[in-house]
This record gives sequence, structure tokens and C-alpha cells, in this order.
Amino acid sequence: MESQAFQKIYTKLTNITKATVTLKAADVGYDEMALVHGRRAQVVKLMGDQVTLQVFAGTEGIPTNAEVTFMGRPPQLKVSEDLGGRFFNAYGDPIDGGPDVEGEIRDTGSPSVNPVRRMQPSQFIATGIAGIDLNNSLVSGQKIPFFADPDQPYNQVMASVALRAKADKIILGGMGLTNDDYLYFKNVFENAGALDRIVSFVNTTDNPPVERLLVPDMALTAAEYFAVDHDQNVLVLLTDMTLFADALSIVSNRMDQIPSKDSMPGSLYSDLARIYEKAVQFPSGGSITIVAVTTLSGGDITHAIPDNTGYITEGQLFLRRDTEIGKVIVDPFRSLSRLKQLVIGTQTRSDHPQVMNAAVRLYADAANARTKLENGFDLTDYDERTLDFAKEYSEQLLAIDVNLDTDTMLDIAWDLFVKYFTKAEVRIKKEFVDKYWKK
Amino acid sequence: MEKNNKTTGKVAGIVSNLVIVEVDGPVSQNEIGFIVHGKERLMAEIIKVEGVNAFIQVFESTRGVRIGAKVEFEKHMLEVTLGPGILSRNYDGLQNDLDKMKGVFLTRGEYTDPLNREVKWDFKPLATKGDRVTAGSWLGEVMENSISHKIMVPFKMEGRYTVKKIVEKGEYTVDDTVAVVEDEEGNETSLTMVQKWPVKVPIKAFKHKPRPFRLLETGVRCIDTLNPITEGGTGFIPGAFGTGKTVLQHAISKQAEADVVIIAACGERANEVVEVFTEFPELEDPRTGRKLIERTTIIANTSNMPVAAREASVYTAMTLGEYYRSMGLKVLLIADSTSRWAQALREMSNRLEELPGPDAYPMDLSAVISNFYSRAGFVYLNEKDATGSISFIGTVSPAGGNLKEPVTESTRKAARCFYGLSQDRADSKRYPAIDPIDSYSKYLEYPEVQKNLAENQGDEWLGNVLKARDILLRGKEAMEQINILGDDGVPIAFHDRFWKSELIDFVILQQDAFDKIDATTSLERQKYMLLSVLSVADSEFEFKDFEVVSTFYKEMINLYKQMNYSEFESDDFKKHESELQELLKTKMK
Ligand SMILES: Nc1ncnc2c1ncn2[C@@H]1O[C@H](COP(=O)(O)OP(=O)(O)OP(=O)(O)O)[C@@H](O)[C@H]1O
Ligand SMILES: [Mg+2]
Repeated sequence: MESQAFQKIYTKLTNITKATVTLKAADVGYDEMALVHGRRAQVVKLMGDQVTLQVFAGTEGIPTNAEVTFMGRPPQLKVSEDLGGRFFNAYGDPIDGGPDVEGEIRDTGSPSVNPVRRMQPSQFIATGIAGIDLNNSLVSGQKIPFFADPDQPYNQVMASVALRAKADKIILGGMGLTNDDYLYFKNVFENAGALDRIVSFVNTTDNPPVERLLVPDMALTAAEYFAVDHDQNVLVLLTDMTLFADALSIVSNRMDQIPSKDSMPGSLYSDLARIYEKAVQFPSGGSITIVAVTTLSGGDITHAIPDNTGYITEGQLFLRRDTEIGKVIVDPFRSLSRLKQLVIGTQTRSDHPQVMNAAVRLYADAANARTKLENGFDLTDYDERTLDFAKEYSEQLLAIDVNLDTDTMLDIAWDLFVKYFTKAEVRIKKEFVDKYWKK
Repeated sequence: MEKNNKTTGKVAGIVSNLVIVEVDGPVSQNEIGFIVHGKERLMAEIIKVEGVNAFIQVFESTRGVRIGAKVEFEKHMLEVTLGPGILSRNYDGLQNDLDKMKGVFLTRGEYTDPLNREVKWDFKPLATKGDRVTAGSWLGEVMENSISHKIMVPFKMEGRYTVKKIVEKGEYTVDDTVAVVEDEEGNETSLTMVQKWPVKVPIKAFKHKPRPFRLLETGVRCIDTLNPITEGGTGFIPGAFGTGKTVLQHAISKQAEADVVIIAACGERANEVVEVFTEFPELEDPRTGRKLIERTTIIANTSNMPVAAREASVYTAMTLGEYYRSMGLKVLLIADSTSRWAQALREMSNRLEELPGPDAYPMDLSAVISNFYSRAGFVYLNEKDATGSISFIGTVSPAGGNLKEPVTESTRKAARCFYGLSQDRADSKRYPAIDPIDSYSKYLEYPEVQKNLAENQGDEWLGNVLKARDILLRGKEAMEQINILGDDGVPIAFHDRFWKSELIDFVILQQDAFDKIDATTSLERQKYMLLSVLSVADSEFEFKDFEVVSTFYKEMINLYKQMNYSEFESDDFKKHESELQELLKTKMK
């Protein structure tokens, strides 16, 4: 299947730019893959008999007489159960020293699921992290990114989420991962004895940045194989989508496209949506859940990358260092899981929605009290109590290093309510107060 | 319509979904063509012509397409098929019936019939032999779900006709001939229940289009009470991500007083459409008691579906709306989000290497948006005494939440109601997050709307609404003073003023879209609650210090909220109301 014997070799490039080469060639399909001087490339433009190829690794050193062969196919991945436990590069070639995977060949970038064939997501995913489970519960089939500054430990949080979520398969799509982070993921997965459930497609900072553009499609092709062919619940981790978007802007820039906001291509929304919308609950029971990372610059969520992401995903988990307790927390104000109402109080304990809201409201009161304090005003007794509450709430529940089951999270919240407030101040339905308010 | 005089062409260039075709004959702007790719036929639309080169935007992925591939043009623009059986359907942006598609995944080049050709409809003639008719005249009717679906003289038929023959009441399929009409030269045309219409051309089969004057009840207090929209009116909802545009639109589409609701999911999340598919067959129309899905058509062109079809989807939705309006129905059209449509225009304009306007949007963006909004409206039909309307509400997703971007600014010029969602309100979970100060309804300035409001809600109504708005404004000012001078640095009256505005905010403005009862409020109830809250606002209370003020009002708000959560005038409602009276007495001067 791979290379055909009669493959035609071209040796005359008519045009070379930083990202592309152009040559005269016949019978080439749009999106088709090719090899240019031993480097992978893809057809991005056909104009008469002129074919323009985007060379993923860049065009440095490519001569005008470079050998070009066309592969007659779009990017593909061979899928089978043997993918489990393996590490691949952006082209789907093994990088773990193991053999090639045998299996059925699938084109990446497959069509969308017919919306009428989707099911509403409905399965609660427990991660043990209260900032997520209690305040921003995840649901299988959801797509949600972590918004975090580059110095936040987002990859660590994501790895714990992945290992605790009871997914049948975890697919890691690493884009611009540092070698250290790559090894970190490898170690964590190995130590957890979970390697055979995990498939990784990794582009590290050592690899050419444009190659990253292939990673999400590879990861999602593997995910669809397990979710559709084997009805499995698949969790896809994409880190870091900001670096993916940066690669998009490099390409569009080199191809002289008119940039829109923040020098991103005008198609950024569609490009990201195509990836994130692969998250789905299939009627047959399989599902694809996407947890991604979008790094921010100085917490700015109005930048085109987080902004477009926010318009696509079903909420976001915002990581922030809480200086009061010296730990990273999932910020309850700026985080949101839009699917949580599908599961909280039904698949979790029935007091969950009310406890969640009350705690966040009291935490907001604490924030107001802090502003008052900073502006030099006197605090009331209530203000003081909210501040004490906020500290413990942050420490015991919001910090990302907790690992609790959901009932325990709720119990802790009740303990804190009783410790600092009156029933009237907490304002929770009487039936729950009667049951859980224990002095 | 003979096959052999259709123009054909050959693919000469491809950049993503923009394809250049060398044509062998005449073509027209916006003409539809199909690229023949093996067994697949990929639909496309001409968007520019230069010499023998036609530039087409393809409604599908162009992966694998080769230079030299054959293209066949169809001699017509992008059209929708109009006839009974559109309600309760789920279409994509090109009006393909999604339920008729086979696999779990959408297959490139698969196009399905929007109508059911086998089902028989109970046709009842409305016209009689000898009647003089024109495009849009009602020939007969069938019951589609519970709606009287008029079978009309096709909109494409120009001039005057005489009905030569009309079938008797009975069962017919959509393709059966139901009438024969004759033009002034004596040429006869047989008519079925089906007709086609190009989506980018407005249907003008009506007498005239006055300014809208009648209130459209949406059940959302923030809209109906403060900034009402009219039957045939236009409005838009801009807001940063997560501020509640979709939830608000869904709420409106569930509750609004409309005969037909068309939901265009334009470049947004597929899961949100799934929510509609899942909920609407279960939920009831609060007025008729019938299932919501019976009056609803969904156009789903979600963000992962082809971008060019996204642009078409809003036009498809509008055309379906115009079709139902011509039957004398009240149509509500909602589109989420019109920014995605504008972005689709931008992507194509960039590929065509047109000179870009602000933020790389096409220069004519504003005109395109205005033209689209102008297709909504209230109309007097050619049929005696019949009226119809399309009320249109679109969402806008401004980049970075900044309302000074081209799509928001262009839409502001086109739409008469502005429901701006505020990030601060959304962050503090004050839903719906419509900013009460910045938002507006231009309709409140129309004398004919004022008259209609006075007739329905009483002479005092408008004055009361303005008063409520004033209290909100004064409350905001008081809060600013308190923040600067401190709680005890201002007179107690400032706290009272601030809490009076909070009272209106919590009781009138905030509304729980997920609560069965609170989600929708009848106009009668809105009036009752506004009067009740205003009477509190008019009262003077005695407070010993500022801390008492907030405790008192919080308790009051709590009781009002209980009322909002109870069935209007039920025992519970009355119980909370009398508790409220007790509470008020404790502090009344
Ligand atoms: N009226 C409401 N009552 C309660 N919660 C609401 C309300 N409106 C919005 N929300 C909350 O806000 C979330 C986001 O709302 P929504 O999806 O409507 O935002 P949006 O403005 O459409 O965002 P996007 O632009 O990303 O599509 C919802 O999932 C819900 O949790
Ligand atoms: Mg939305």
C-alpha cells in the first residue's frame, strides 16, 4: 500500500518560499501528502499545472532540483488495538523504538458526526479535584480547556485528571511539549501502570513547529477508532493548543494571508472548532471527551486564542496561584463547566448544586471584603468570617492537590458553613440544612 | 430545463474550498454547480466571475479533488424547497434533511430531500374556480402539525392569473397537482404543493410592511418589561463567551408567542443543537399545550460543518421564515451566532484576496447585515385582512468581548433592540446578564408601540417602566458613592436607594431560565410584579443603621424570589406575599 512502484519523481521546483515549494505536476489531489527532499509536505494549492506544497519541516536547504514524490493520499493513520501503549510523532510514526503498528488505514480529519446522531452527554467524570468535581463538573463527551499561564503546573493537573478519570483509553496529543514534559508524561503513565490504555502523539520543541498541525487530527483519528469501533470512552488530552494556534499563524503568515486579530488567521475559529467538535457522545455508548490546555499570556483571556477557544468549548478551567495559601487553585469565578447541570444533583448527591452555589457566593463575599480592606474601610464581623472561610475553602477544596470523592467534598463544605456562618447566611433549602447541618 | 444546454466547466485551481473553474458557456453570479469527483458530486456556488473563470465556494471539503475535474452548473441559485412538512425537521444549512442521512458521520456529497414525497396531506381548497390570483395567493390549506399551512401560488410566478381548476378536498401528496391557473395570455400552469425559491432573494409577496407596532411576548421579563421587542421586530444579543446568549435565545424560542419558530444554529456547538433535539419533543408550548417541536424547524450548521454552508444557513432559515409569514403566521427566527456567518464571509473574502475592511472583514459587511435584518418585519398580505410577521433575534459573539468590533457595530445599525450581555453580570450569576442600563429597545419610542402597550398593559405602564429604569440608574450611582466613601461615610438613604435598585434587579431582571415556573412570566404577571416592586420603592422605611438596610432588603428579596418560583396567584404565591406584607410593616415609616 505504502509506495507504488511506478511513482513519478519530479525534480524541478519553480518556486520556494519559507514554508512552501511549487512545481509543475499532474494528477495531484487537493490535501494530498508528498515527500520533498525527504521531508513531508501537503498540497495546499493547485493552480493550473502548478502545485504548491507546504513543507512541514520548513524549506531550509531545499534545492530547486529536489526530488518530489506524491503519495496519492491525505494524512493517514493505521489503527488497531496495538496502538495502546505506544508513542508516535506527528506523522504517526513510532518514536518509542517499537515496531510499526499494523492495522486498518484511516484518513485523518474525517467528516463530522451528523448532529442528529449525537447523544446528549450524560456521564459524570470524577477527577478527585474539588475545583473541578464540585464547582465545574466534567461530563463525558465534553470539551474543555485549562486556561493557565505558562508557569502553572497544567500538565501535571491534566495527567492526574487523566489517570483518575475512568476512561477506557487516554490519547495524548502533545504539541510543542518540552522534552522534560514529554518524559514526565511518559513516567507518570508508566508508574501508574496505565501505559496500555494510553496512546501518545507527540511533537516536542525539538521538532519543527508546523508539524504540530497534524497532531490533533492524529490523536482524534485514534480516538474515533476506539470510540466508534470499540464503543470505548476515550479521553483526549491536547496540550498546548496555544502552540498549535501559533503554528497556524506561522503558516498563514508565510503564505501571505491577511491576518485578523492578534496576527491569527481569520479562520482560527473554524480551525479550532473542527478539532474540539470531535468531542461527542455516540448513541452506541462510545464517547470522546477532550481536555485541552490553552496557555495564556499574563492571564489575558481576550487574546484571540483563548477568546476563540472560549467560544467553542463547553467552559474552561482557570488555574491561578492563590497567594493567600501559596497553592494553585481552580478559580471558581473564571471557571465554568457548561455541562455540569446535566449531572450535578442527579448523578451526585442532591445537595450538590445548592452547596456549590452557596460556597461560591460566600467566597465572592470574601473577595468583596478583601477589596474593602484594601481600600482602608472597616470590616464587619460578617466580612471577617467570610475571609476566614475563604482561606479554608481555598486550602481544603479549591487547591489542585486534593484528591477526594464528591461526597467528602460536600461534607467538607458543610463543615465550613457550620464553622463560620449561620443558617440564614448560607441560604440553602431547608431540607438539606435539616439533613447536613451538624453542629 | 433541458440537460444539454447547461454550462459545464473544468477545475483549474483549488485553494481550500475556493475553486476556480474554466467554463464553456454562460454562468451567473450565485449560480449553483456541482464538482464531479468520482461518485461524489460536491455542491458549490459561484461568487465571482473573471473572463472564462468562475470562482466557486464549495459547500464541502475539497480533499482529493483534481485539476480538470468536471463541473456542471444548474442554471439556478441556491434554492430551498417549500411545501408542507418543513416543521419539526432538522436540516443542515442547505436544507438537507439530517435525519434522512444514513451514517453516524456526514458523508460528503450526500444531499437529501427536505420534504416527504409519499405522505398524504388533507388538502382543503380556499380558492375557487375563476378567482384572480397572484404570487403568494392562498389556493388551499393543509394541517401541518396544528398549523394551517397555506398552499400558495408560487412566488416565482409573475403577473396575474385566473384559477382554472382546483381539486376537491381530499388526500394528496405534495407532488400531486392541486390547481391549474391561467395567465393573461391563456397559458396554463399546473401547481402542486411544492415550490422553490432562491434563498438570497427576499420573498416580497405582500402588500406593505408598516413599522412593527404590536408587542411580542417572550416571557423574559428583562425584555418584555424593560426593552420589549415587537411582532416583526429585530433585536440582537451581543456578549462575550459564556455570558448567556444561547441560554437566552433558547428560552425565547421556547416561550415566545409565535406560531412558528425557526432556529438557525450557525457555526456554534453541536451539543447545543442536540439539547434542542432532546428537549423540544418533550416540552410544551405554554400557550397551546402542544409539543414545542411541532412548531419548530432547526437549521443546524454547526461549527465543524462546512464554512460556506454556514453562510447559506442563515439565508435558508430566513427564507423558510418568509414562506411561513406569507401564510399569515407569526414567525420567530433566531440565529446563533451571526458572527460566525460574518466570519464565513471573511474567510472567503480573504481567499478571494479582496481589499479587506476593519479586522479583515469584507468592506460590504455592514450592507450585508442590514439587508439581512431588513427581511424581517410585520406585513399586510395580499389576502384580505391577513397579516404575518418575522421577528428576528440574532446573537453576536464579539472578539474579546469588545463591542467596538465590526460585526457588533454593523448589527447595531440594523437591529432595533440591543440586548447587551454584561460580563460582570454573568460573572456574578445575575442571569439573564442583559445590561439594564446600556440595553435599549427603539420600539419604545414608536408612538404606535406606546399606544399598543397602553391598550394592553394600561396607561400607566410606560411611565412605570421608565421609573424602574430610573431607580436602577440611581441605585448604581448610590453604589458608586458607597464604594468611594465607605458604608458609614454616606447617609443611610444611599443604602436604601442602592437596595431599591437591587430589589428590581433581583426580582424583575434576574430570571432563572432553568426553573420551570420562573423561566417564563406572562405579561399579566410581569405587570403585577412590577407594580408590587414599585410600591415598595415608593415606600419610606425607618432604619437604625446601614447594616439593617441590607438585612431587611435581603429578606424581602428572598420572599419575592419565592413568589417568582411559585405559580402565579397560587396559595404558595399568596403565602409569600402576605409574609412580605408582614415584613414591610416592621420597617414602614
Ligand atoms: N439564564 C440563565 N440562568 C442560569 N444560568 C445561565 C443563564 N444563562 C447562562 N447561564 C449559564 O452560563 C452558561 C453559558 O451560557 P451560554 O451557553 O448561553 O453562553 P453563550 O453566551 O452562548 O456563550 P458562547 O458565546 O460561548 O456560545 C450556561 O451553561 C449556564 O451555566
Ligand atoms: Mg452560545
